[in-house]
Amino acid sequence: MPDLGAIIEKANAEALRRMLTGEPWLIDVVPARDVLPDFASPTILHAGPPVTWGRMCGPMRGAVTGIAVFEGWAESLAEAERMAETGAIAFEPNHHHDCVGPMTGMTTRGQMLLVVENRTFGNRAYCAINEGLGKVMRFGGNDAEVLDRIRWLTHELGPMLGAALRQMGGIPLKPLIARGLAMGDEMHQRNVACSSLLLRQLAPALARTATDSEALARALTFVGANDQFHLNIAMAMGKAIMDPVRGIEASSVVTAMCRNGTDFGIRVSGTGDRWFTAPVEMPQGLYFPGFTAADANPDMGDSTIVETIGLGAFAMGAAPAVVGFVGAGHPTEAARFTRSMREITVAQNPEWVIPAMDNYGVPTGIDIRFVVETGIMPTINTGIAHRKPGVGQVGAGIVHAPRTCFTSALVAFAETMGIA
Amino acid sequence: MARTSDAAGAAPKETMKQSARLLAEPPRVINVGLEGFAVELAAQGVTVVHVDWTPPAAGDPQLARLLGKLGT
Repeated sequence: MPDLGAIIEKANAEALRRMLTGEPWLIDVVPARDVLPDFASPTILHAGPPVTWGRMCGPMRGAVTGIAVFEGWAESLAEAERMAETGAIAFEPNHHHDCVGPMTGMTTRGQMLLVVENRTFGNRAYCAINEGLGKVMRFGGNDAEVLDRIRWLTHELGPMLGAALRQMGGIPLKPLIARGLAMGDEMHQRNVACSSLLLRQLAPALARTATDSEALARALTFVGANDQFHLNIAMAMGKAIMDPVRGIEASSVVTAMCRNGTDFGIRVSGTGDRWFTAPVEMPQGLYFPGFTAADANPDMGDSTIVETIGLGAFAMGAAPAVVGFVGAGHPTEAARFTRSMREITVAQNPEWVIPAMDNYGVPTGIDIRFVVETGIMPTINTGIAHRKPGVGQVGAGIVHAPRTCFTSALVAFAETMGIA
Repeated sequence: MARTSDAAGAAPKETMKQSARLLAEPPRVINVGLEGFAVELAAQGVTVVHVDWTPPAAGDPQLARLLGKLGT
């Protein structure tokens, strides 16, 4: 009998090498139609593992109808709903097309997409531009204000950002994350430092490439006022880092975690692109004034790709302010979350360290064996959407990946290793 | 043989000393597993260190067998 443990350790070392040597750069903002397939029928890419219209949660349905109107497939939300019900709109996960999207994660050919290139491996990943806080499509918003903002992102801000990024030759993201960790970001529920640092780098190039000073002012105002602007960039970065880790024989490292408001799904390197799913859990957290847990939708979004690369709740020690925001205890408890996640990961990232924890490297490379053995589930920092379509965000909290995803993945992984 | 007798004679005395000390001093507790015990003791002012531990694979024998073969 071969030493399976040694074989897995070697495969996981290769997975870790690919994660740590990735060089993600934000290089462009492009029309989605240039990078997505020419789908035969109206198609929406959504967050999480595959889900049908019949099983979609309220905010996901709200976003679907909104983006269908934006795309011009339907005149009204009601017409869009009928299209979805009758199968006139196709649905596929973002992850199947090199994309990720926060919360509902709507990605369609009519939008503009951020482009992150992993210069070590040559792959690219895409994410739509962050819409800001409040009533937005990623939380299920779909009224005229939401659609107008997406039109502005598509026709004004996106092209401006693309021109600026091309002019400056792109922005390396690993150093940006390193600085952000030192400034209190964990890159999931707190992106204020990285958003600010990004704007500092972008602003001169935006000024050089903009042809309209009022448009420039709108762009600078929007990005400067959006503390979560960097989230979508961090997500595309996470996807660009993890995709080269897919499909390593005998590796038990998780390559993706995501949720669609109905199911939570994970992928594991050694089992290829197969999804292991379980019902998604309800976040535990704090609610905005006027809302309670009764209003909350189960967890949602591809943003867990951030935790998959060791950020988000895994880097909570860097962001004590977030602990209170997500209702997870006192700020002094932040480091406990990070140390706990080290129990289920292969290593620490020597380049992404947390100064407040004596330069503790963020826990990196979730190993399904450690998750099942210890019973410690990956912790995720998350926003909470209203369970009804069209309302938007109602709070923030933490949630855990469901155990069943990992136990079923372990059984399948064992089969690939010749163990029944 | 004599050394053995000496040692055997010293051990109970040492044990008695330790027992006396244990009873004379406030308890210091290491709690393994269920956190509720640690919380209750701490609430009564007892010095307690909690060790967060659960049986591997939550006690599931089939998963524990797989984990054993997969090198954990």
